[in-house]
Amino acid sequence: MTLHVDTPAPPRPGPRRPVGHRGTERSRGFARFDLRATPYFLVSPYFLLFAIFGVFPLGYTFWVSLHEWELAGDKTLVGFDNYIELITDGAFWNAVVNTLGMFAMSTIPQLALALVLANALNKRIRGRLFFRLGVLLPLITSVVAVAVVFTQLYGRDYGMINWFLSLFDVDAINWQNQKWSAWVAISTMIDWRWTGYNAIILLAAMQTIPKDLYEAAAIDGATARRQFWQITIPMLRPTIIFTVFISTIGGLTLFTEPVMFDGNPTMAGGTTGQYQTVAMFIVKEAFRDFDFGYAAAAAWLLFVLILIGTLINYSFTRRIGGSK
Amino acid sequence: MTAIQARRHQTASAARNHIWDAGPLTKIVLAFALVISAFPIYYMFIMATRTNEEAMDVPPPLLPGGHLGENVARLFSTEDAYFLTGLINSAIVAVTVTVSVVFISTLAGFAFAKLRFKGSKILLGLILVTMMVPLQQMGIVPLYELMVTLGWTGQLKAVILPFLVNGFGVFMMTQYATQAVPDELVEAARVDGASTMRIYVNVILPALRPGMAVLALLVFMQTWNEFMWPLIVLNPDNPVVQTSIAALNQAHGTDYVMLFTGTAASVLPLFIVFVAFGRQIVGGLMEGAVKA
Repeated sequence: MTLHVDTPAPPRPGPRRPVGHRGTERSRGFARFDLRATPYFLVSPYFLLFAIFGVFPLGYTFWVSLHEWELAGDKTLVGFDNYIELITDGAFWNAVVNTLGMFAMSTIPQLALALVLANALNKRIRGRLFFRLGVLLPLITSVVAVAVVFTQLYGRDYGMINWFLSLFDVDAINWQNQKWSAWVAISTMIDWRWTGYNAIILLAAMQTIPKDLYEAAAIDGATARRQFWQITIPMLRPTIIFTVFISTIGGLTLFTEPVMFDGNPTMAGGTTGQYQTVAMFIVKEAFRDFDFGYAAAAAWLLFVLILIGTLINYSFTRRIGGSK
Repeated sequence: MTAIQARRHQTASAARNHIWDAGPLTKIVLAFALVISAFPIYYMFIMATRTNEEAMDVPPPLLPGGHLGENVARLFSTEDAYFLTGLINSAIVAVTVTVSVVFISTLAGFAFAKLRFKGSKILLGLILVTMMVPLQQMGIVPLYELMVTLGWTGQLKAVILPFLVNGFGVFMMTQYATQAVPDELVEAARVDGASTMRIYVNVILPALRPGMAVLALLVFMQTWNEFMWPLIVLNPDNPVVQTSIAALNQAHGTDYVMLFTGTAASVLPLFIVFVAFGRQIVGGLMEGAVKA
């Protein structure tokens, strides 16, 4: 790699120092400076770029949200009008309900399946690596590709899923058409991609649980099921919290799958917004309707939503495994 | 060994063998998971070798056909998708972002893991907190305005710059440096008179190499998959591969086989990397998880 590294310039000692060898004094001065200052040089690229592309947009979004904001035109300060309008906007709440609904519908089965899968992957079997790689394949597949393939599989007339259901005398379903069916379709896309990843993360944590615990329990006659609930789950608590965090952020910012499921990137999320998410709502308000102030207010409400969601999930997951 | 001890020993090792062996249920679960994971991908590649008439068969075809060549040719010659441009652009963006994130993360990770300085705990904590904030969705309006002001909309810079740093990368490199580089090594280099930057180049970078490889793969993948921001800030005639597929989907949504050829082409580079470095990726993911 040819990366250019800037060494911080050593401080120049005064032209004539009264004491000692100049060389030693100088290098000592440099060493002291090096110890104190270089760490800040090392972390500064991150914080500099982060300030520009992370902190600034966040704060500025709030400023924009207080305005009737046109990109190259008028910017009228309107206070909290955008927020007030948003709170009474049925379309916004529809997007919130969709987002939360699909989040719950995807995350709960996903983590349950991931636990089962991790437990299976933790057993002694030939070709371990092969299985681990296999369940990670979906993660490697890009979200857009996943959405395209699944949207076709869920196709009304020629989709494989409707064909399969027809074997059980179920009539062809137009998956885009209704809330529940669209939610199911999109949730399966999310779960297909992320279950294996979560299983691998949980597996890593499972392997740090001392095997003696299980062996002792087995000798005491505890069944495999009991071991799973009484040893595995409580010991996995921190990792489960971690996976819930990751899923919460991913789930509440859901965008690509529903956009591609629609076919037309109008951000409408179906004819009556059956699967429009908050992220789609924001993009629609800003870049289809050019109502930037409104979009910015929605972005801040999404942020608040994520904070609340994370807190609820945290307090809920804390109770897993019978801790006090 | 007394008889009782011997028997207890026997029971224990029997139990040990018994509980860790995969039973029939485990094998069924794993086989099922593997089939479910692989099937949509397999199906995607099958469809890329078929014609649209065959794609509409009920039940759909499950074996490869002989039309891959013509589908690929059609894909690359479809004018409103700019697929080749998208592939090249995605490669440029992903490589640039990956190099930057890995480099900046090793610098900061070194400082947080091995150097003592005032405020380091707070700064690291700040990074962890910001990892929880969906900055991208939050900041699209100002970011877009920034790009308009700079005149960068429609240019690759616009999709590169906001991704040049990544809190996850700093966090991962900090974890990795903490365990991969012994403090004594850093101290010894100091005693020999090495400056901090010399220690970074000669001691830290070599030790971090395996971790850097895993981070590079993860960041590359993430950047390659980026969809929302490029969709907003780039123009249709200069897309990245993901927005190019979205354009295909919009304009030729019923041309399934071409669409599937496009998605197959878009995941192929990632699959090749995955097959080549799969073991390291799994290892890196698992190590990162336990330390998190």
